Amino acid sequence: MLQKWRQLSLVASALVLGLPLFVIVAALLSLVFGGDFATISHLWATVIPEYIRHSVLLMIGVAIGVVTLGVATAWLTTCCRFPGQRLLSWALLLPLAMPAYITAYTYTGMLDYSGLVQTSLRDLFGWNYGDYWFPQIRSLGGAIAVLSLVLFPYVYLITRATFLQQSATTIEAGRSLGLSPWQCFWRIALPLARPAIVTGATLALMETLADYGTVQYFGVTTFTTGIFRTWYGLGDLNGALQLAGLLLAAVIALILIERWSRKQARYDQRNPRPATPFQLTGAKAWLASLACWLPLLLGFILPALQLAGWSIERWQVWTQPDFWQLAWNSFGLAFTASLLVVAIALWLAYGRRQLPTKWVRTSVAFAGLGYAIPGLVIAVGLLVLLSSVDQVIIAASQSWFGWDPGLLLSGTLFALLFAYTVRFLSVALQTVQAGLAEIRPSMDEAARIHGYRPFQVLRSIHLPLLRPSVLTAIILVGVDVLKELPATLVLRPFDFNTLAVRAYEMAGDERLADAGPPALMMVLVGLIPVILLSRAMLKSQQHALKEQNFVPVTA
Amino acid sequence: MRLPKMQKLLSMSALALAFSASIANAATVNVYSARKEALIKPVLEQFSEKTGIEVRLLTGNGNALLARLENEGENTPADLFLTVDAGNLHRAAEAGVFQPITSEDVLLKVPSNLHGKDNLWIGLSLRARPIFYAKDRVDPSKLSGYQDLADSEWDNNVCIRSSDNIYNQSLTAALIHHWGVEKTEEWAHGLVDNLAKPPVGGDRDQIKAVAAGVCDLAVANTYYLGLMEASEDADEREAASKVAIFWPNQESFGTHVNVSGIGITKHSENKDAAQQLLAYLLSPEAQQWYATTNNEYPAVKGVEWSERLKNWGPFKMDDLEMSVLGENNAAAVKLMNRAGWR
Repeated sequence: MLQKWRQLSLVASALVLGLPLFVIVAALLSLVFGGDFATISHLWATVIPEYIRHSVLLMIGVAIGVVTLGVATAWLTTCCRFPGQRLLSWALLLPLAMPAYITAYTYTGMLDYSGLVQTSLRDLFGWNYGDYWFPQIRSLGGAIAVLSLVLFPYVYLITRATFLQQSATTIEAGRSLGLSPWQCFWRIALPLARPAIVTGATLALMETLADYGTVQYFGVTTFTTGIFRTWYGLGDLNGALQLAGLLLAAVIALILIERWSRKQARYDQRNPRPATPFQLTGAKAWLASLACWLPLLLGFILPALQLAGWSIERWQVWTQPDFWQLAWNSFGLAFTASLLVVAIALWLAYGRRQLPTKWVRTSVAFAGLGYAIPGLVIAVGLLVLLSSVDQVIIAASQSWFGWDPGLLLSGTLFALLFAYTVRFLSVALQTVQAGLAEIRPSMDEAARIHGYRPFQVLRSIHLPLLRPSVLTAIILVGVDVLKELPATLVLRPFDFNTLAVRAYEMAGDERLADAGPPALMMVLVGLIPVILLSRAMLKSQQHALKEQNFVPVTA
Repeated sequence: MRLPKMQKLLSMSALALAFSASIANAATVNVYSARKEALIKPVLEQFSEKTGIEVRLLTGNGNALLARLENEGENTPADLFLTVDAGNLHRAAEAGVFQPITSEDVLLKVPSNLHGKDNLWIGLSLRARPIFYAKDRVDPSKLSGYQDLADSEWDNNVCIRSSDNIYNQSLTAALIHHWGVEKTEEWAHGLVDNLAKPPVGGDRDQIKAVAAGVCDLAVANTYYLGLMEASEDADEREAASKVAIFWPNQESFGTHVNVSGIGITKHSENKDAAQQLLAYLLSPEAQQWYATTNNEYPAVKGVEWSERLKNWGPFKMDDLEMSVLGENNAAAVKLMNRAGWR
């Protein structure tokens, strides 16, 4: 009986979290059954083929980019020893603290035809525009490069954990059979790490699909920019939601493919003992160092320097109290939201572990879909829902107490926290579930046999084993919330701004230098959790790295 | 176990936040604004100082704020909705979120083509969208108007931003009014053929492209040139000095102008305060503030232009009904989709 209630509550809360997605599904269904094809057919005839082409090319490009960068750096920093390797092993996470659109602004500032690089070239050689070839930064290629540089740490983080876990015996067996280090990588380590690579790449691709800021700034028309063009330009919110529904369908397909590819094989290895690293010397060490420094330089150091330059130009901003208020708002929001999201993820993950019925599994998976949906679309779905609940609350309160409480849900921080939960639950859920998967049920049973009470089992076995993955989840969600823009823009209350909002308003008005201080501050605030995460990673390298081995939301 | 406690604590604090945010002060007026904070807050603060009425501000994208207004319905805390571009104002009026402005004083100050239908909104400032040309390479006497942009003489020589941008949508909507859909679509095709680079970047980027020699002609709003002329960055000032404004279609319908405007929400609970703020925004001092801070043209007749606006010279504005821009907006976007203007 108790179990039944628990199951019901799990399903119900997962569905509540997925509610904004229902609004999108409803729009799609209204298209299929309602037969109002006017907007969609116009778009289909004019722009949708291009949207799909660009989105697909973007995803292929980003997939290649993040996998190459992420796997190469992960392999080099775990299985090889070269100068700077220890520093790099945590510094390579830093690009995560950079919002993609901010990186896009900084590179445009540097590489555009009126940027520093091209004007210096023209001055130096007396060229005019058109006399020389220079890659166009605002292009599909530019978008692929920027998104790859910002998102590769996802692949790095997850793959690195797997490489660390890979049983030494497997690699050593390979070596004793005469494989060179290169061959060990290509023929043993890489195939074994495939699930981790695919999971990391999936997270990066979901972010890519949801991205609006970068592609819009670069003038690349993708499916997501199409959603906004339909809404803003044609004034057709319903048509926009229908496009979002198509996007949602594509995401579900992506997740199913990922899951299917994983089912093909089992990757268990016995006796995880870290392999002896390859000691690199001479030219090889230099090359390895270069291969790791380059993505760090391009993905973090250069953009951060550009932001620092703008911030110095606008140094007065740093002395204004309302600027620090923004930083405080951003930090408080990220902190609260990450605790909330991880708490919910823990509850769902535990429920799914103890009651793995079909209903629970499916609804938990549904609750995690929000990651790939553009934040603004989630915000609109939420707005529709929360304002109708508010209307009911206000009506009830007025008839019972004669008092109008105002918009309790849709006009307050509650709406923002709800939106963040829907959008980022997937990140927390995957991290926590991976951690939980390491605690085998036999451990619980063994402890119970030794006379531990359930509470003691939780305290002395689960909590210590889960701590690293919970920490990782809190930090990943915190950094994501800090960077989040579109939902924040729509749902925040009066007189409440964040760093992301300020940076966007300035950059949107083409005042890039004014966007410098808030953007730099955002990176600095985001840096703290990222460094914490890296330190936690280093500490637990020996025994508990498995927590970062993401697993799919449902098996 | 510590987690449930944490959850409780969090939910309680969320509720507390919710309550504290919903208690409104009596003498307040709440503004939803699609104008960026930096371009509106100083005026609102002056108003608060003068009248003692507190102004609470929420900025955001015009369409998103409108969606929020619509969903909040009669419970909306907003008293005023301020947005840029006639297309957005028209959309808000159509959505039924405004109530008519009745004050004769306010209505008489602003020319009637800058009123919404049934006086549901009123213009606050005007932004002109002329053609910019390279001083050293273009003889302005060869130019006449927007039709030049599609002329093969300027092949591979025109810069303009994406058609995602509402300023371009409104320009196209105005041309549809003057030329009809067919001729405008032909024009859009010609324009796309003449582009020197993909239509990316903002207005400022198009002006800089002219300065850098990427193209000879560009279309942009004038206040971006103003921002560049007043920039702290020497490179920007230099770029600005290389371009000049050509006022298009002076012999016919005039240069395209767009409007930023404001309306009182239908369910405003602080209507008196809202009307006071509205009147203040049309006062000479607020109007001049727009003109000097953001180089926009005052909507109120007889308000003196700033030095910079005077330097750019007088010109004939297109005086079509602003709501026409809104009515033609969807047609404009579809036309641009067909013409391959990205």
